Amino acid sequence: MTLATLPAAVDKYSEAYEAVAGTREGSPEWLATARRRAWQTFSELGIPVKRRGNELWKYTDLRPLADVDFEFGAVGPVTRDEIKATAPWDDAWDTVVVVDGKFKSDLSNLHQTPGLSAGSLDEAIYSGAGDIEKQLASLAGQEKYAFTALNTAFLDDGAYVAIADNTELSEPVHVVFVTSKLPANRAIYPRLLVDAGSNTSSVIIETHVNLADSAQLSLPVVEIFAASSATVRHYRVQMENEQSYHLGTTRVHQLDDSNFTSTTFAVGAAIARNDIHTQLDAPGANCTLHGLYMTSGKQQQDQEISTTHAKPQCTSNQFYKGILSGKSHAVFSGKVVVERDAQKSDATQKDLNLLLSRGAEIDAKPSLEIYADDVTASHGATAGHVDRDTLFYLQSRGVDEEAAKAILIRGFAEEMLDEFKPAALYEFVERITDERIPVLLAESDALGTA
Amino acid sequence: MLEIKNLHASVLDIDDSEILKGIDLKVNKGEVHAIMGPNGSGKSTLANVLMGRFDYVVGDGDILVDGKSILALRPDQRAHLGMFLAFQYPAEIPGVRPWQFLKAALDSKAEANGEDKMTVRNFSKLFDEKVEAVGINPNLVKRSLNEGFSGGEKKRNEMLQLEVLQPTLAILDETDSGLDVDALRIVAEGVNSMRSPDRSFIVVTHYQRLLNYITPDVVHILVKGKIVKTGGPELALEVEKDGYKQYLSEVGANA
Repeated sequence: MTLATLPAAVDKYSEAYEAVAGTREGSPEWLATARRRAWQTFSELGIPVKRRGNELWKYTDLRPLADVDFEFGAVGPVTRDEIKATAPWDDAWDTVVVVDGKFKSDLSNLHQTPGLSAGSLDEAIYSGAGDIEKQLASLAGQEKYAFTALNTAFLDDGAYVAIADNTELSEPVHVVFVTSKLPANRAIYPRLLVDAGSNTSSVIIETHVNLADSAQLSLPVVEIFAASSATVRHYRVQMENEQSYHLGTTRVHQLDDSNFTSTTFAVGAAIARNDIHTQLDAPGANCTLHGLYMTSGKQQQDQEISTTHAKPQCTSNQFYKGILSGKSHAVFSGKVVVERDAQKSDATQKDLNLLLSRGAEIDAKPSLEIYADDVTASHGATAGHVDRDTLFYLQSRGVDEEAAKAILIRGFAEEMLDEFKPAALYEFVERITDERIPVLLAESDALGTA
Repeated sequence: MLEIKNLHASVLDIDDSEILKGIDLKVNKGEVHAIMGPNGSGKSTLANVLMGRFDYVVGDGDILVDGKSILALRPDQRAHLGMFLAFQYPAEIPGVRPWQFLKAALDSKAEANGEDKMTVRNFSKLFDEKVEAVGINPNLVKRSLNEGFSGGEKKRNEMLQLEVLQPTLAILDETDSGLDVDALRIVAEGVNSMRSPDRSFIVVTHYQRLLNYITPDVVHILVKGKIVKTGGPELALEVEKDGYKQYLSEVGANA
């Protein structure tokens, strides 16, 4: 075996793994087993730095990440005001705050809402809440995927949200994952489990904010179970600092007549990935996955979106929009698998990109794998520039080129911003977008106009 | 108000593409000039060159507004001087609401001219009044600019912009194309209601029918990049009757 074929950077994580393994003697056996297996998986895979022949990482170079020594374990101080200043906030929401992977009751804002249990994942594990033993790490952590494996290997806390059968929540549940401002480079493993019971309706907002000025590694794993006739409206807001790495995984399991809609807002990190998979596992399940990503500088932003139609009469809809400037790079990899039994499936995929500069690059790869014969499916991807005719139209009304471009970029984003329904959340993403547009414009060039 | 002197223009980056071949034209304050011509005569090019579209290069000649050359000005700067172009095919702009766009346009103009920006409240009032005056469906202007608008709705929206921006020189580029009689009448009413001693219009059209509703002071016939005849409103009626044939043969020899 040559050196090049060894799993990359495993040694950088093994010391921390050995260290914490010794401190977790009280863990339930099922969890200890899951952690051990996950570590085994990670140590076989390592950090995926090899791109040749590796479809998942073909367009994404993780070597910068593999070279950093990330510490594990420290939890830094954070105040409520710091969270309010950097994340969306509404006092009416049930808010669960997780700092550096650990649930913080003093920073959380929970209202004892009937039918909702929201709080520490650690407590849920030890109290054996709901179906936690069956659910936790069942969707993520078993798969041969380095980052979910790493998260599961270090799993001990995070957030747990369970919605009792027949509950309609009137306000969103907000889970804020905060990276504290400790200066060291740290690896953080945010974890969220959502158990949406049958015949429920809920809004789950997942926010990632980073208060540090240095490079942090965040490897969040979210598992969502939508039971029969559950409607889950999920939002994901990613606001890492621009030195950090954020490789997030969301795994969703849907039963009959459930509806899952997820909207992503991704602007942060040096390298970020939003890897989401929905399993439509019973007839009548529907999912809609969409989002907006904006990149500048040398940022890389990946959307790795996949849906499996395992049973008949399900619909899926993937729609993403990207705005790229500077020398940034984005990847949209959308995949829909329609299994042999999944007749009468309906699937759409769309990725639209606005490139503002010559150096910006998008790799869009929508794909359909269809094994059933009675299926409606469509896919498409585009990459365009600011349209010159449109620009002239706005300019002829007295708006200068810069302002006209800003209006057009904002117009392009609007369709996705409109998806952020809770008022405080909309205001947040709108504000961030408006702050972001001048940055994108500053790095744009004439080639971004055609 | 507007003076065009020996204007030559060609398409950017294309050799031997001269479209305007020496145009002279003078539009005084308060006048309505019609520019008529067959397809390919350069009518739309003239309208676009006046507004400063980047796809054209002015080779020779000059365009003066109130005695000053505007050739070096960008389209937005020309708009700040009071110029306005109603488009033949207004762009569809998803996600941009007419309200928001017009407020931005007025703000830019105010800023450029060192005036105070209109308050949101006052602008809303003005906007609502104009929406009603133009007879545009109020639900339509809450949507994306021109997106999914019918041909008539787009033109009506151009009239709304004209009303809100109150230019001193409005150029209408084949605003009548693709319109039915009702829509045509609406456009004409919009223009007529805005006619004033301080405001000039250039109405570019292929057909005479728009001029049934808007009576021009002067009519110019443009053929192959040159104005071949200038006259009163009766000239439009001649074209309606005889077509452009006689003018085409006139310039045929030196075109």
